[in-house]
Amino acid sequence: MKIIILGAGQVGRTAAYHLSREEANDVTVIDSNEEILRDLQDRLDIRTVTGNAASPRVLESAGIANTDILVALTNSDEVNMLACQIAWTLYRTPKKIARVRSADFTARDRLFGENGVAVDVWISPEQLVTEYVARLIRYPGALQVLDFADGRVRLVGIRARQGGPLVGEELRTLRVHIPNIDARVAAIYRAGKSIKPEGSTVIVDGDEVFFLAARKDIRAVMREMRREEAPVRRVVIAGGGNIGFRLASELEAKNQVKLIERDHRRARRVSEQLKTTTVLHGDAADEDLLLEENIDSADVFAALTNSEEANILSAMLAKRLGAHKVMALINKPSYAELIESGSIDIAISPQTVTIGSLLAHVRHGDVVRVHSLRRGAAEALEVVVHGDADNSRVIGRRIEDITLPEGTTLGAVVRGEDVIIAHHDITVQPDDHLILFLTDRRHLEAVEKLFQGSASFL
Amino acid sequence: MKDTLLPVAHVFAMVIMVVAVIMLAPLVLAIWGLDPALWAFVVSAFATFVIGALLWLGTRRFKRELKTRDGLMLVALTWVALPAVAGFPLWSYLPIHFTDAYFEATSGLTTTGGTVLSGLEFLPRSINLWRHLLSWIGGMGIIVLAVAILPMLGVGGMQIYRAEMPGPMKDSKLTPRIGQTAKLLWAVYAGLTVCCILSLRLVGMQWFDAVCAGFSALSLGGFSNYDANIGHFDSVPIELVLSAFEVLAALNFATHYLAWSQRGVRAYFRDSEAKAIFGVLFISCFGLAGFLLFKGIYADFPTALRYASFNVISIATTSGLHNQDYSLWPTFAPMWMIFLSSIVASSGSTGGGIKMIRTLILAKQANRELNQLVHPNLVRPLKVGGSVIANRVVFAVLAFVFLYFMSLASLIFVQLASGLDFITALSAIVACINNAGPGLGAVGPGANYGVLNDFQTWVCSAAMLLGRLEVFTLLVLFTPTLWRK
Repeated sequence: MKIIILGAGQVGRTAAYHLSREEANDVTVIDSNEEILRDLQDRLDIRTVTGNAASPRVLESAGIANTDILVALTNSDEVNMLACQIAWTLYRTPKKIARVRSADFTARDRLFGENGVAVDVWISPEQLVTEYVARLIRYPGALQVLDFADGRVRLVGIRARQGGPLVGEELRTLRVHIPNIDARVAAIYRAGKSIKPEGSTVIVDGDEVFFLAARKDIRAVMREMRREEAPVRRVVIAGGGNIGFRLASELEAKNQVKLIERDHRRARRVSEQLKTTTVLHGDAADEDLLLEENIDSADVFAALTNSEEANILSAMLAKRLGAHKVMALINKPSYAELIESGSIDIAISPQTVTIGSLLAHVRHGDVVRVHSLRRGAAEALEVVVHGDADNSRVIGRRIEDITLPEGTTLGAVVRGEDVIIAHHDITVQPDDHLILFLTDRRHLEAVEKLFQGSASFL
Repeated sequence: MKDTLLPVAHVFAMVIMVVAVIMLAPLVLAIWGLDPALWAFVVSAFATFVIGALLWLGTRRFKRELKTRDGLMLVALTWVALPAVAGFPLWSYLPIHFTDAYFEATSGLTTTGGTVLSGLEFLPRSINLWRHLLSWIGGMGIIVLAVAILPMLGVGGMQIYRAEMPGPMKDSKLTPRIGQTAKLLWAVYAGLTVCCILSLRLVGMQWFDAVCAGFSALSLGGFSNYDANIGHFDSVPIELVLSAFEVLAALNFATHYLAWSQRGVRAYFRDSEAKAIFGVLFISCFGLAGFLLFKGIYADFPTALRYASFNVISIATTSGLHNQDYSLWPTFAPMWMIFLSSIVASSGSTGGGIKMIRTLILAKQANRELNQLVHPNLVRPLKVGGSVIANRVVFAVLAFVFLYFMSLASLIFVQLASGLDFITALSAIVACINNAGPGLGAVGPGANYGVLNDFQTWVCSAAMLLGRLEVFTLLVLFTPTLWRK
């Protein structure tokens, strides 16, 4: 597919990286900063064009005329929306995805689509990251919580700890422990390496376990892996930027939220818009301020400022001062790897969170949701199967009869409103949503092929 | 050093195996024509493949993605080491030394076209095909070929491409994927070659000669199957066809692609290099024809124009085909032609020399400096063809031209010290570094490079490689930082 990415910022660069490493994609990146582009072109097999992203002339020289997907990821909502509109009006670009951050725009449905701005899909990285952090706070103990089928099924990553009934036991005993609940362990990572989950696999202390379950069953399964943690009450957020502010407004109804913001004016503005949140003006890395605000009794400390170095340092400080669990927003994948093994409990990578929602739109039509995991090495997919038993290689077959590529597990089937956890004797029917986990995304092509069947040629 | 060299050697091994496969073409011809060089090709192809395979297996452990410096190293290594492999059939069949075989193969791969061999019409056809085939592969670039057909070069590919493609501005690709760009360039190149071969056949050449001359013209090589070169045919239509395709080959292949995809010639008029090339060639052809007529070399203007234009176009575009011993003309004429060979060919073409775009940039820079003297407060960006050239590029061009002339001067001094006369030393080095082909004096179109001694031959081989890799890529090998960890 021919893809043009506008903007070579953090998200744009990550998108270019992820998209260009899929053989089938031809990626062109447009940005006004020549230096960044030159550096990007040295590392990725892409084309770059220097210029204003919303200029028809620049778009033309990037080959907009026969582009399949335009992904507008510049810093400016207005530029993104205008670029999509130009692409549609002048060149009839089939799919236009724009990053739109301001809720001012996104809250008005009629703005986009048929008679509005020609944006087919808008994504708001801040919104996605906020939702992601909010889910993590809702499930204390989870490393990752990802939605499938509109939240009916969730994939949860969790670190197994001594004290969970399943730890030290074989996986097959899960059904004995919690007979009424169905869940499927999709992957286990031990010391960074994936091991195939089978009935006889024994979970040990420290394993990173990914399991799929219906939303209502998640807590019960989590209890099997580690001692249940008390629900989060007190949350301290460092940074009153877009993400910090959104998170506070989402959490303040049910939690006691404190928000620390360095900039006085910003703190004022945030406090005007929030209801019950305690907004504090100060430095999140100021030990006295943290102690004064009883950091030792905080259930969660989330460092969400723009500066990842500041996030790391303040999160480490909060942990040392007694915060129960600390999270930090980190852009550089290499940093995330460094610190998750250290004193910070959860590293939140905005790009990884965002890229999944982007990938789903770029993949073949049958893939409706993609979550990138383990810094892009693994992937969880939601695929819709179309066709009938004659032209599909999966429909009408029992799960045990489907040969999946290496490292791939089929975790769940969503049929209409029902969530069916995958067992060997389930037969796949047309229009089922299948949730797959790939421990090695290099097998992605094989998976896509399997589900395309011959239906795509009809 | 081990960590740098071995992963590069792993990829290089694949290039060697590709060459072994290409050797099958003359091998098949040799079988078909029952020619005496058959065994030379059987042994060479086999040995080359085995060397490649062993190197590949031996370095498999070190396989990894290539980094920036690896890309440079790969290109430099390929160009320095490949002539040794490619010269194998020549060396094993002909009664020549390794030095001469290396020179001949380098001359082919760098599309220079100077030869050490004489009695070309008596060589087996397979040997002649191999010489021309080397030119043709070297024309668009052996690494670009590898990028086009071997998918695993992948990331790092841009570096490789940049190190091998001629010209100062190489950041714009035809397509987002480097592999696809390489394929397109090769497709345009191959397409034009086929057109050239068919046209030559139409105007009366034998198939074999047409194929060889087509390879020579499009790669701007200059090899021929005859000692008298194109003069052997003594045919105006053949000369016209060859001139036309030489001019095409001296233009940027990206422009050809654009023109093809737009189905029109507008792209050529937008290419400021192309316009300058047409202008310079037009003036030079008519100017020299007039000069030769005035000097009484030719009796009438049409004859003068015929010989002046074919040789001017051939030498200026750095092809080096010729139909007359132009070294017998008054010195001004051949010197002017050799001067043109330094500047005429376009970036992204198969030609050599400084390239027209650099000449244009420097001319405009000089003009800017002059204007600055008159208007001290002048603000004027440097524009070529309507687009602004960044100062960074101007500096790079200046550095390139400095290195180019320094290499030129020092190699001429080396040749003089080794005992060559001035005209021969100067013309041999200029012709080699520009990949033009024949020089003047002892290495003129009437003679060949066989008269040089071993040392002088090696110096010429080095000059050809320097010119083909545009100095930087080869000199980078001698920078200590490349080898440091």
